[in-house]
Amino acid sequence: MAKTLAEKVWDQHVVRPGSGAEPDLLYIDLHLVHEVTSPQAFDGLRLAHRGVRRPDLTLATEDHNVPTIGIELPIADPVSRTQVETLRKNCAEFGVRLYRMGDDEQGIVHIIGPQLGLTQPGTTVVCGDSHTSTHGAFGALAFGIGTSEVEHVLATQTLPLRPFKTMAINVDGELGPGVTAKDVILAVIAKIGTNGGQGHVLEYRGAAIEKLSMEARMTVCNMSIEAGARAGMIAPDETTFAYLKGRPHAPAGDAWDEAVAAWRELRTDDGARFDTVVDIDASELTPFVTWGTNPGQGLPLSERVPDPDQIADENERHSAQKALAYMDLTPGTPLRDIHVDTVFLGSCTNGRIEDLRAAAEVLRGRKVADGVRMLVVPGSMRVRAAAESEGLDAVFIDAGAEWRSAGCSMCLGMNPDQLAPGERSASTSNRNFEGRQGKGGRTHLVSPLVAAATAVRGTLSAPTDLS
Amino acid sequence: MQPFTTHTGVGVPLRRSNVDTDQIIPAVYLKRVSRTGFEDGLFAAWRADEHFVLNMAPYRAGSVLVAGPDFATGSSREHAVWALSDYGFRVVISARFADIFRGNAGKQGLLAAECAQSDVELLWKLLENEPGTEVTVDLEAKTVRAKDFTAPFQIDDYTRWRLLEGLDDIALTLRHSDAIGTFEGGRPSWKPTTTSTLPS
Repeated sequence: MAKTLAEKVWDQHVVRPGSGAEPDLLYIDLHLVHEVTSPQAFDGLRLAHRGVRRPDLTLATEDHNVPTIGIELPIADPVSRTQVETLRKNCAEFGVRLYRMGDDEQGIVHIIGPQLGLTQPGTTVVCGDSHTSTHGAFGALAFGIGTSEVEHVLATQTLPLRPFKTMAINVDGELGPGVTAKDVILAVIAKIGTNGGQGHVLEYRGAAIEKLSMEARMTVCNMSIEAGARAGMIAPDETTFAYLKGRPHAPAGDAWDEAVAAWRELRTDDGARFDTVVDIDASELTPFVTWGTNPGQGLPLSERVPDPDQIADENERHSAQKALAYMDLTPGTPLRDIHVDTVFLGSCTNGRIEDLRAAAEVLRGRKVADGVRMLVVPGSMRVRAAAESEGLDAVFIDAGAEWRSAGCSMCLGMNPDQLAPGERSASTSNRNFEGRQGKGGRTHLVSPLVAAATAVRGTLSAPTDLS
Repeated sequence: MQPFTTHTGVGVPLRRSNVDTDQIIPAVYLKRVSRTGFEDGLFAAWRADEHFVLNMAPYRAGSVLVAGPDFATGSSREHAVWALSDYGFRVVISARFADIFRGNAGKQGLLAAECAQSDVELLWKLLENEPGTEVTVDLEAKTVRAKDFTAPFQIDDYTRWRLLEGLDDIALTLRHSDAIGTFEGGRPSWKPTTTSTLPS
């Protein structure tokens, strides 16, 4: 029977098919762990006298809490420090490899998995973090789980799960200049809504997706969760193999050839049926920004703040009214006229080297506007080192931006990098929820190009707005 | 996990859709390493407003939350479930739940009951007209009752079974240890491991 990519990967990992009320038991190839969602899981193991079944398929890093300046010092916040120290103790006790703050390999969990070559086509990847969908860019079935499931995977290397539904997102045509993967995914979410992908694995397909680099594909898959989906996937191809070849944990020699042969099978068969199909014309897309407090509340940058009274659905209208009150925006205001205080470039969505290069290209020879603060936070220490070897740090610093160390940083403000109440940001991260970047903070989600142009003009802008 | 059969408690109308997990519990409360005591973080930003529903008697003592559609979207943090449970909620009723939250709730004995939005609207009116009205949620019968209102709710069979029996998921899976071992024996040798020595 013709199968979709997601179904193929699923079927290859069924340890035991479901029977009666019990769902399939699915094997997990890679379990990524960080300090925030794991302490209670390790505690659970201890209480039940259980161990970690496969420490060799488990990897931990410190990312959510870590400061991005002064990383050679102890973490100042005692609660954050305790959480990070707890991860260190747990990893030592259970034999899990950990990349600590300051290590060459440390970084955001979803940046380092691909960078190390651990994220491979056809694998199942989980992490106690919803942006695990990022790894789907390699044709992996990757999804976020809660702490109980983290404990379950630590103890058994499996999860009991019902098969997900499948959705094809066809992005055909060609992206225009200055239109990026971030604009694609923001447009997808605005189109299908924050619940559009519920229960589904999204498979991004079509000419515009095939042309994307691996890093851009990761940006797309990363925000699948913002459309409510369990996971996002892209079929592996030559771009994928070229990215992986030679990475520290990628297969080598004969094993490489064997792996690539298996990976080439990971495509949706002709005639396979998706539960849902969505079509998007890439050539119609332009730079996209959010105006509200969920990632589905977005519009092209050329538009104006919407008028809730024009929204027919009562719940949506109500939601838009609350969002505009929180965001302190007036219907009809051109989005380009919205002033920001802070620009954040980073996160598992847009903290990779290509993102930094794109923003640096815009900032080269320009200055961040007076009164605007710009934070540049590489997604990993490797990304930071690569940027420095290319001289990008100097570009950012010369423009007046702050050059930081790796971590989740202002994406969710668990470390000191936060918005003050009432402050407004243009952020390359993934969520514009109320208070996400700091209590009372207001977030507009944007691409790295829009972030950089916004930093220069001080209002939401695309590079084409710069003289 | 405590078995869940039927629960009766004060219903709390939360007239908001798309309540994301950052609203249920902001990230600042996620730094703790304990599994209990998260009630202070529940809806922390909204509770600063004296008119927020949980700041009004008799809703303050509620245990059945009736929320708008797309409840608990966003972050996978199970702390959202812990915060609701620690506060005293046993049931959340909504027309749509985010997938990860629904899974987390099922693991922790918090019942996520999916009702039609039209029934949620009727419940909201009932609970607002007569604050303090008790809602009975019957997991055996899969019904929600309040006064003379009755509506069905949806929940998947596996979660329902585990909740009714109070079963530990990990213990259930460990019954299949042999099958896991057999599967591991057949995995391709080129699949990556995290502990291999990195090339320098």
